[in-house]
Amino acid sequence: MSLIEVKDLEVHYPIRSGFWNRVTDEVLAVDGISLDIEAGETYGLVGESGSGKSTTGKSIVGLEKPTKGQILYKGKDITKPRNRHELDYNQDVQMIFQDSLSSLNPRKRIEDIIAEPLRNFAHLSKDDEKLRVLQLLDIVGLDADALYKYPHQFSGGQRQRIGVARAVATNPKLIVADEPVSALDLSVQAQVLNFMKKIQRDFGVSYLFISHDLGVVRHMCDNIAIMHRGRIVEIGTRDDIYNHPMHIYTKRLLSAIPETSVEHREEAREHREAVEKEFQENQDRYYDKDGKVLPLIAVTDTHKVAMPQDEVDELQREDD
Amino acid sequence: MWKTILRRLLIIIPEIIALSILVFLLAKAMPGDPFTGSINPHASLAHIHHLMRINGLYDPWYQQYWNWVVHLFHGNLGMSYEYQEPVTRIVGERAINTLWLAVFATVMTYAIGLPVGLYAGRHQNSRSDHAIRIYTYVTLSVPFFVVLVLGLWIFGYMLGWFPTTGSINTNAAPGMGSVISRIQHIVLPGLLQAFFSLTGIVQYLRSEVIDATHSDYVRTARSKGVPVRDVFRHHIFRNSLLPITATAGYAITGLLGGSVFTETIFSYPGMGLLFVSAINYRDYTVITALVLLFGFLNMLGTLLSDIIMAAVDPRIRIE
Amino acid sequence: MADEENHFLKIEDVSTAFKIQGKYYPAVSDVSLDIHNDEIVAIVGESGCGKSTLATTIMGLHDPAETKIGGKIEFEGQDLLTLNEDQMNKIRGAKIGMIFQDPLSALNPLKRIGDQIQEGLDYHTKMTEAEKKARVLELVNQVGIPHPERVIRQFPHELSGGMRQRVVIAIAIACKPDLMIADEPTTALDVTIQAQILDLLKDIQKENHAGIILITHDLGVVAETADEVAVMYAGQVVEKGSAKQIFDNPLHPYTRSLLRSMPQKDSENDDLYVIEGSVPSLQKMPQDGCKFAPRIPWVPASEHEAHPTMHEVEPGHRVRCTCYKNFKFQDEA
Repeated sequence: MSLIEVKDLEVHYPIRSGFWNRVTDEVLAVDGISLDIEAGETYGLVGESGSGKSTTGKSIVGLEKPTKGQILYKGKDITKPRNRHELDYNQDVQMIFQDSLSSLNPRKRIEDIIAEPLRNFAHLSKDDEKLRVLQLLDIVGLDADALYKYPHQFSGGQRQRIGVARAVATNPKLIVADEPVSALDLSVQAQVLNFMKKIQRDFGVSYLFISHDLGVVRHMCDNIAIMHRGRIVEIGTRDDIYNHPMHIYTKRLLSAIPETSVEHREEAREHREAVEKEFQENQDRYYDKDGKVLPLIAVTDTHKVAMPQDEVDELQREDD
Repeated sequence: MWKTILRRLLIIIPEIIALSILVFLLAKAMPGDPFTGSINPHASLAHIHHLMRINGLYDPWYQQYWNWVVHLFHGNLGMSYEYQEPVTRIVGERAINTLWLAVFATVMTYAIGLPVGLYAGRHQNSRSDHAIRIYTYVTLSVPFFVVLVLGLWIFGYMLGWFPTTGSINTNAAPGMGSVISRIQHIVLPGLLQAFFSLTGIVQYLRSEVIDATHSDYVRTARSKGVPVRDVFRHHIFRNSLLPITATAGYAITGLLGGSVFTETIFSYPGMGLLFVSAINYRDYTVITALVLLFGFLNMLGTLLSDIIMAAVDPRIRIE
Repeated sequence: MADEENHFLKIEDVSTAFKIQGKYYPAVSDVSLDIHNDEIVAIVGESGCGKSTLATTIMGLHDPAETKIGGKIEFEGQDLLTLNEDQMNKIRGAKIGMIFQDPLSALNPLKRIGDQIQEGLDYHTKMTEAEKKARVLELVNQVGIPHPERVIRQFPHELSGGMRQRVVIAIAIACKPDLMIADEPTTALDVTIQAQILDLLKDIQKENHAGIILITHDLGVVAETADEVAVMYAGQVVEKGSAKQIFDNPLHPYTRSLLRSMPQKDSENDDLYVIEGSVPSLQKMPQDGCKFAPRIPWVPASEHEAHPTMHEVEPGHRVRCTCYKNFKFQDEA
């Protein structure tokens, strides 16, 4: 059984208007997505701004109330607050945010920031708590003198590691990481990603890794779902997505990643423009008449794509 | 937009009803009665009870409230116990006095505060900016009434430049004479009030200008080759003044509220002074009328500010 | 490469120091660069390396009371650092256009798009109102914004991030400047939009025969767009050369470290390379010697120069300090 099963999740935001301020329309931020996160894996959720990837992450943590659908943990639907409480869900699922400065309370010392989830869930003695905080700092490579400092005294990368330490404090089963390295410099990003991988090796935690950076996602993730307009356009293993992309939107994202090879830049641009042209001209092959993403169709056991069946068959023939 | 404004106005109705009940009950809950102090001290307790009864003060509160509401709709807010005159007339007279003083004070506040605030922000850390900052610290740390008393003493008594009490000289000639007398009476309290209330505007505007100076869009404007002087004129000042205009809504409704301090110290017969004395004398009819009026003005002011904000800032839409 | 006479922006030994609590600390020191027409020069480095400071120094946007600037910036025959404010205003926007990182905050939220694009024309041209209006529409068209007539009457918040960045570009190219400085022009944008904006910049450059200084932290963006590359660390250029030289034959330890810390294809089972230590703050920056030395402590001091200078390794390819010669990563035998 998967660690977390998301089933037909929908999150709608109401649009109010008119004299009585009634709900006249809805934004379908998340419009029916399903995915299974296995224990100990890193699951990539990729999309551009407005694709619904962050809303999905927040729903899984419980920060956003789904309109429809279920999120199953140990067989129970945790969109119901009673089940969340019963399963200690809030202890087992933690979150890392993109902006480490605004997500850490500026008036609290690092000791208190990291100890906060412990105080909520673990109820340790004062000494044990301090020991645990020191241990957590050590896991993310920070010294003991960090204990009494405040968030603004650290660099962006150090703050992000503090965020990781706080998320790990309660020995969670799943950490939802929303663009955890997008605001960081390259060399600092490498450090944070290494720590995240090390923690996974040592403690077997799963990550839901939300990002727009396909290079980082390829490095981190075992399974990947590509989101567009609130739905999943393609889902599969790293190999499926990067080496056998089928949906035009996936191809479009992949073609937009800048490569560090100077020689092939003209070819890369031509390829990118060809993909963009196909994306613009063949909307009706990949999206329904309202511009919605089509239902997913299984290509292989691991690989699903939102295209009509005959298109899939054709592409597969070409592949063979 | 009009729909929204209409809806907001309609929402004010239940708010006013809730407010009026609250005010009415609070007034009733105050200890004491309106008669003990105002009639012959040898009057018997029985006589006071009799007065209370015929004035309906022993009826259940909802009965009293209902009577009051019915009268309200006939434009009758009752008689003031203290002045033995219709509340509407007393409030009307005081409102005009307060309006004179407040319009003058507000105009002076903005007329001085806006340029000073813009200047302080534009010439940050200059000598004048330091002087302005010292001034704002002083006004923030010295209580308002101390300044009023000092001003009254220096300019009113010692120098004798301005009258020290009242709103008009009763011997002033009608027509222009009375207008001049009125103005003489409002200059000193109005200026003192303005000097005090412009602190907020100056400080706010100064920091708005400084923030805007360091904003990215100002850097963009400068990299277009716009001279600094024009960057201030076309970008910084305009954008900094915007939040101030939104406070204008509140300022307009504040005009009728009157200042308790100023009016008390200058014995200026306005709304503030009336409110204080009404509370002192348990003049229920006046208290309820005033609180209701202030409440209504406040709600109107909030709405007005929202409308102004939507009118001047394209990012905000009332929909 | 282009010959020595052809360059039209020549930055020579430029230093910019900021006053912090009464003392000056250099954010940029001894930077020399040439930019030619029809060329994109990328300045690449991590936050705090001085790349943005260099850009604002060229534009003359620093408060003279808080900064000390040395060196020479020769542009079309005059030294920009000797010009007064009025003379600079004739160059800003007219001869040098600038594109900023965050297009939302770079635009005045209370002014219509059309007015913001037109502002540069107001100061630098003698066009009539009608001519300016026509030019604004032409510009909006040129940067690929649909419905120009409608967009010029809109406010910044009504546009998407990508469209806003196109507006910022339209502002920068309004007077057909010879040089454009683009400071992280795509950092705030989605990847697909980023690619479109970079392509647009390249097209405009070809059309206007302009030179572009592209400031970025993104090595991928550099590899896709730049002709020449300067890598900056701690206020200095540590390596410069053609894009091909830098990416195919990186020499300076910092350049090599940066490239090595990027996630690569098939790197998923390995740890990424992490540079030891961190960039020191302005006040704690070592004033002399190789500034990168503390980040590669295993390299003996004898490998560094006492006063590191740029060494030409092959034509056009220069590296600072001598520590690159025998440099090996710790895990390389």
